[in-house]
Amino acid sequence: MYGFEAMTFNIHGGYLEAIVRGHRSELLTAADYNNLCQCETLDDIKMHLSATEYGPYLQNGWDLGENGVIGFGTGDHKMLESGHHANILIHFGHVIVWSKPSPLHTTTIVEKCTLKLVDEYKHMLCQATEPLATFLEYITYGHMIDNVVLIVTGTLHERDVQELLEKCHPLGMFDSIATLAVAQNMRELYRLVLVDTPLAPYFSERITSEDLDDMNIEIMRNTLYKAYLEDFYQFCQKLGGATSEIMSDLLAFEADRRAVNITINSIGTELTRDDRKKLYSNFGLLYPYGHEELSVCEDIDQVRSVMEKYPPYQSIFAKMSYGESQMLDKAFYEEEVKRLCLAFEQQFHYGVFFAYMRLREQEIRNLMWISECVAQNQKTRVHDSVVFIF
Amino acid sequence: MVGASSSWSRALVKVSPYTFSAVGIAIAIGVSVLGAAWGIYITGSSLIGAAIKAPRITSKNLIRYVPSGVKVVIFCEAVAIYGVIVAIILQTKLESVPTSNIYDPESLRAGYAIFASGIIVGFANLVCGLCVGIIGSSCALSDAQNSSLFVKILVIEIFGSALGLFGVIVGIIMSAQATWPARSA
Repeated sequence: MYGFEAMTFNIHGGYLEAIVRGHRSELLTAADYNNLCQCETLDDIKMHLSATEYGPYLQNGWDLGENGVIGFGTGDHKMLESGHHANILIHFGHVIVWSKPSPLHTTTIVEKCTLKLVDEYKHMLCQATEPLATFLEYITYGHMIDNVVLIVTGTLHERDVQELLEKCHPLGMFDSIATLAVAQNMRELYRLVLVDTPLAPYFSERITSEDLDDMNIEIMRNTLYKAYLEDFYQFCQKLGGATSEIMSDLLAFEADRRAVNITINSIGTELTRDDRKKLYSNFGLLYPYGHEELSVCEDIDQVRSVMEKYPPYQSIFAKMSYGESQMLDKAFYEEEVKRLCLAFEQQFHYGVFFAYMRLREQEIRNLMWISECVAQNQKTRVHDSVVFIF
Repeated sequence: MVGASSSWSRALVKVSPYTFSAVGIAIAIGVSVLGAAWGIYITGSSLIGAAIKAPRITSKNLIRYVPSGVKVVIFCEAVAIYGVIVAIILQTKLESVPTSNIYDPESLRAGYAIFASGIIVGFANLVCGLCVGIIGSSCALSDAQNSSLFVKILVIEIFGSALGLFGVIVGIIMSAQATWPARSA
């Protein structure tokens, strides 16, 4: 019953909610971001991040290489310091195998930070009871969809499966994911792999009869995501109470944002109006009248004029001057972060878990952007895309 | 109404006042303890989770400070103690009356007074324990983020625990008038 969750929520969810709020207090602040933006090299970034909660994850920059286990004994380190790649030193009867630390890439930083998120998520998932466990799993289905599309597209372009598997997001992994590379068409894809995953109900007869090519894969991705969002929305409605209210708001924003992005990205492509309309979700502020108008938009100014009729989105579009769409992504991210932070204002609901995962992902995006700017010496553009959370 | 041979009111009146008193005492202690326990688990689960990142909220380093997380639990415990005190007071009010006097209006009045007192205390403490517990949970979570908030939220808890106190006061006043009829000569 809405308003009385406080009486029984803590039985199953109290501990995890407190843990999530503890994690949220460790998100990087504006001061941290300012420090990071001042960095000159990736090593500086690593040093600054080691002072935050990411410390333990970034310490393990040692790459074991091909030499296996590192064993230490007493020994003369002069030879090791000379920077040989793999030194086997036998000294005083002890064997020392030394491997040079791998050079720091932006992808390494992002990987390690994502690892932290995955560890926290797994810890929460194994402590959770129903329905929180299902809720937490729902959060990762989006990543699963992205991984599936990544592997299928990569296979289409003749990439190596192992390479693709490494690029997958760890939160979206499932057991039979490598088998995706074997599938020749949509139907096999479904029959071999996806029917056992949680994504199975999102495939309809219409998708499975398509061939696999670039355009269809994008359509497949968007159709799957639409089905996932709608399913998640229904699930939250069933949960009721504060969870459904807060999650409805967050998911509606997500659905509307995707609708706008789909519209903008499909301007000028061969996607018909009807097809475009089929990709819009059936909930959200823009449903159904906004969708009608968006499906006939042919350029960005028309999109803008449609969106300005909706007060919450008017402020987003007002920030951009006419004809410019690069800042739209950042504006949407900022609005999303604002809403996610608001989810923490209320206690005794599951929205905090969703909000925390999204805020972490935004933080990882920020770190990636900062690292890329620093690595490519484009420090002036650093503030273009960093969204401060606090 | 009273006196018709088969009616609910007659059935109620024929229930022994001892029953009402005993049930009242049971409710006084039972439901208060329910409220206290409810409050303690609500606070406790949040306290444990939040203490992982901020261990100081469960205890302070110096021994002379009462551990702050414990303060909240003490408020909830106080609710249970109110229930125990009132139950003990109520049971001292129970006296035996001769069989012929059991259904006298005076006896009934005494029985009902004890019953009502028990209900008052029990349910006031139930909601008080709930209230203090929920506030305590928010208190633990916000104290973990910002330690200056603890004292401010503790003030709200004090108001919350006053609810239980009101119940105890009224209950004791009610039970003070539980005078059984004197033994007839």
